[in-house]
Amino acid sequence: MSTTKTLNAATATENQTVQIANVSRRKFLGGMGMATGLVLAARWDMAFAEDAKYGRDAMPNGWTDNPNVFVSIATDGSVTIVNHRAEMGQGIRTSLVMVVADEMGADWNKVVVEQANANEPKYGNQNTDGSRSMRHFFEPMRRVGAAARHMLEQAAAQVWNVPVSDVTTTIHQVVHRPTNRTLSFAELAELAAEMKVPVAASLQLKQPSEWRYISKNPGAYPEGTTEKTGQPMAIDGRDIVTGKAVFGADVALDGMLVAKIVRPPVYCAGVKSFDATEAKKVTGVVDVIELPSVQMPSAFTPLGGIAVVAENTWAAIKASRALKIEWDNAKAGDNANYDSVAYRQQLEAAVQQPGKVVRSEGDFEQVLHSDSANKTVEASYYMPHLSQSPMEPMVAIAQVKNGKAEIWASVQNPQLAKDGVAGQLGLKPEDVTVHCTLLGGGFGRKSKPDYIFEAAALSAKLNGRPVRVQWTREDDIQQGYYHTVSLDRLEGVLDSNGKSIGWRHRSASPSITSLFGPDSGHTAVFENGMGFNTVPFDIPAIQLENPAAPAHVRIGWYRAVYNLPHAFAIQSFAAELAHEAGVDHKQYLLDLIGPARKINPTSIGEHWNYGENPAEYVLDTGRLRDVIEMATSKAGWGKTMPKNRGLGLAVHNSFVSYVAVVFDAEVTDAGELIIHRADIAVDCGPQVNPDRIRSQMEGACVMGISNALVSEITAKNGAIQQSNFHNYQVARIVHAPKEIHVHAVNNRMDVPMGGIGEPGVPPVAPALCNAIFAASGKRIRTLPIANQLKTS
Amino acid sequence: MISVTVNGVTHQLDIPEDTPILWALRDHMQMHGTRFGCGMAMCGACTVHLDGNPIRSCSTPIAFANGKNITTIEAMAQDSVGQKVQQAWMDEAVAQCGYCQSGQIMSAVALLKSNPNPTDEQIDNAMAGNICRCGTYNRIRKAIHSAADNPQLAKANAVDESLFVEVKA
Ligand code: FES
Ligand code: FES
Repeated sequence: MSTTKTLNAATATENQTVQIANVSRRKFLGGMGMATGLVLAARWDMAFAEDAKYGRDAMPNGWTDNPNVFVSIATDGSVTIVNHRAEMGQGIRTSLVMVVADEMGADWNKVVVEQANANEPKYGNQNTDGSRSMRHFFEPMRRVGAAARHMLEQAAAQVWNVPVSDVTTTIHQVVHRPTNRTLSFAELAELAAEMKVPVAASLQLKQPSEWRYISKNPGAYPEGTTEKTGQPMAIDGRDIVTGKAVFGADVALDGMLVAKIVRPPVYCAGVKSFDATEAKKVTGVVDVIELPSVQMPSAFTPLGGIAVVAENTWAAIKASRALKIEWDNAKAGDNANYDSVAYRQQLEAAVQQPGKVVRSEGDFEQVLHSDSANKTVEASYYMPHLSQSPMEPMVAIAQVKNGKAEIWASVQNPQLAKDGVAGQLGLKPEDVTVHCTLLGGGFGRKSKPDYIFEAAALSAKLNGRPVRVQWTREDDIQQGYYHTVSLDRLEGVLDSNGKSIGWRHRSASPSITSLFGPDSGHTAVFENGMGFNTVPFDIPAIQLENPAAPAHVRIGWYRAVYNLPHAFAIQSFAAELAHEAGVDHKQYLLDLIGPARKINPTSIGEHWNYGENPAEYVLDTGRLRDVIEMATSKAGWGKTMPKNRGLGLAVHNSFVSYVAVVFDAEVTDAGELIIHRADIAVDCGPQVNPDRIRSQMEGACVMGISNALVSEITAKNGAIQQSNFHNYQVARIVHAPKEIHVHAVNNRMDVPMGGIGEPGVPPVAPALCNAIFAASGKRIRTLPIANQLKTS
Repeated sequence: MISVTVNGVTHQLDIPEDTPILWALRDHMQMHGTRFGCGMAMCGACTVHLDGNPIRSCSTPIAFANGKNITTIEAMAQDSVGQKVQQAWMDEAVAQCGYCQSGQIMSAVALLKSNPNPTDEQIDNAMAGNICRCGTYNRIRKAIHSAADNPQLAKANAVDESLFVEVKA
């Protein structure tokens, strides 16, 4: 096999791509004997050390650290670095590129980012969810940068005819130490491209003390490389504020049509009949097309309905309102009766009965009836469906022509879109191109490429005319993949000292797996693993059960997913136990968690551990304790609070990170809630881009406040009752805390890196509800809080 | 035929009068900086200035702009207040996904033009119509104060300076 010797990724051919792909695939298939300069000995060792694969090795198409795939240097010195993950506000286009730039010694001001198309065989996994991008690609991208640096140094040594050990890289140039001669990256570009890619084992990664961008705080970046504030500019920062940033709807193609689809209000309903006479009278309407309905489990197949295709967006929207459609709800079966009020009662009944046992330690029943049982406490917590509702509604452009499909979309999982379009149209994956635009938010919704399949189907039906499928906000809210709805019932047994000696938790909520197969009604290992069976408490009897809860709408990922209800219930209940025991909440929580120890996730039975190696990523109660101590000390826990004001605490570990939140909240006599301050302590291990960590925590705080305070999706007769931001509310600036303070701990290389996009959200709602209790004595057990605090 | 001046350039548009300004800009004038978020004046993503006043372009028909001046995000780099706001937005690293930020900036510029030195409360009132699902509100407050050249208030919204020094080991 020949290796790509050019450092110019932009000119790498598809052939070379495929060769790399084969290597990468073989690794996963267990094939041997393909090792070349591209495939690194260390990688093989790692891959065959044991059968089970974790983390980045377990992801479809894995990863690559080949610099030829990611880096090219132009003869003017500009360095183009490919970002292969979806950018949706988490800043990955800046952060991953920064890692490469730092390791290779590139000057940030000379770095250009190129967004990868969907091509996992070439780039490694591109599915941007699960708070995984940095934790899976930090190390490969460091090696990419280091390998590029080595190639530049090799080239310089060759030019000077000196030993490579005598040369070193400073900022965008290579220096011959004995003579102080320099060669710029621009001067070295062509020769460096001919150098052999060094094997990983030979790479010298920078020491953390040598980093210029990675892990630096605002203001801590070196002179001369920075904008006014002294931090690397976000890659898209200027384009965003000038309106130039390109999102999914901003690609314009010649002759492009716009489609607005009216989908069935009830999941799996079909079209009985429709009348498009009036719709077709609207100026600009080109066609009205019926699309097939779906059956459960529908996975990512579009819901069907009637598409109005027009010359422009307004014509499509206007005409869609003029359609007369009679829906066939009989096809939807039970879904047509879905009623959120009745369903809550169903869940409430379900958690009264024993459910499928998820974890059982000690004997809860025995403890409950033992002489040491001094007090029992019971509470149930309800959390409704939610809609991700990113500010950019779903949008995709497709052109299907001459046996090829070209897609432009804001999408979290581009490869899934590519493979899906290929399957749908009977094309080979290599004949499908998916261009990835910026995402105007994702939050899990854009992991489901249904809207892309709609566009592909329509373009195919329209003889290859390019089509933009434009979802409206109503579409987004009414035909979503909703966050689950949940009822969590907890029972606690306290001894005469108030110590918790028994814990029973029954958690019922429809499962995302209902999208993909027969609905058992039970949540899956990965869902239970989001804070339910991983409850980190040191209690002798723990009984966790999962009663069945069937799905009647599409259930999907929503930022932090099942961690939301589990953290809300567990962290609220912990505060309730503390209150019943008459012990300070923080102290009680620390006692529940117990001493600092490293719990192997395998020891709790069925485990998921976010796909990470349980030997490496243990459940570290010491880190939980650290974030509690940090958040409470910064918030001044224990101080005397003014009237009507209280501090509330919650802690949760998810996506292998640890986050504690303390709110300072006021509930006025009239029942108005004022959030004065949030102190958020986060331990995600090594911090690559501290300011982005902070902004993700701030954003998670605000989204958590949406979830706690105002957001709710309900169904009646199978249809979603909310339709736009007037009745599906999300947090506005008036709901944001007056101050948010983020404190990050354990920024060190000896703890494994955790996620950052999602783990900030789960502790927010319980911390806020605990603060409300501290301020007013009112205990919230149903979300959203909405008007529950109002006194008149 | 409708005649509108957008960022100083006059356009003659032969389109239905009820076309919202948003779609006239995006589909008929190929100006994509103004974003679609809700289509019913609930989110502010589509905010532009009509004769200097902030409006929701998704819910304002183009006929209403006949003979008037529309200013969009694309013109803010040429506007003295707009420039300051854009710079403050970059300095404070306000944007996450960035989708709402055209509208946020248009609302912030309108606020600062009518009230050059707003308080937090005035900011909250003026910006309450602009949703940011990424939750950048605290940085928006701070950036507006810093664009208004009010370091005192900007600092009140600041995060601790010493945040990332908690390195154990
Ligand atoms: S799109 Fe106009 S206010 Fe939301
Ligand atoms: S930055 Fe993403 S919606 Fe505001």
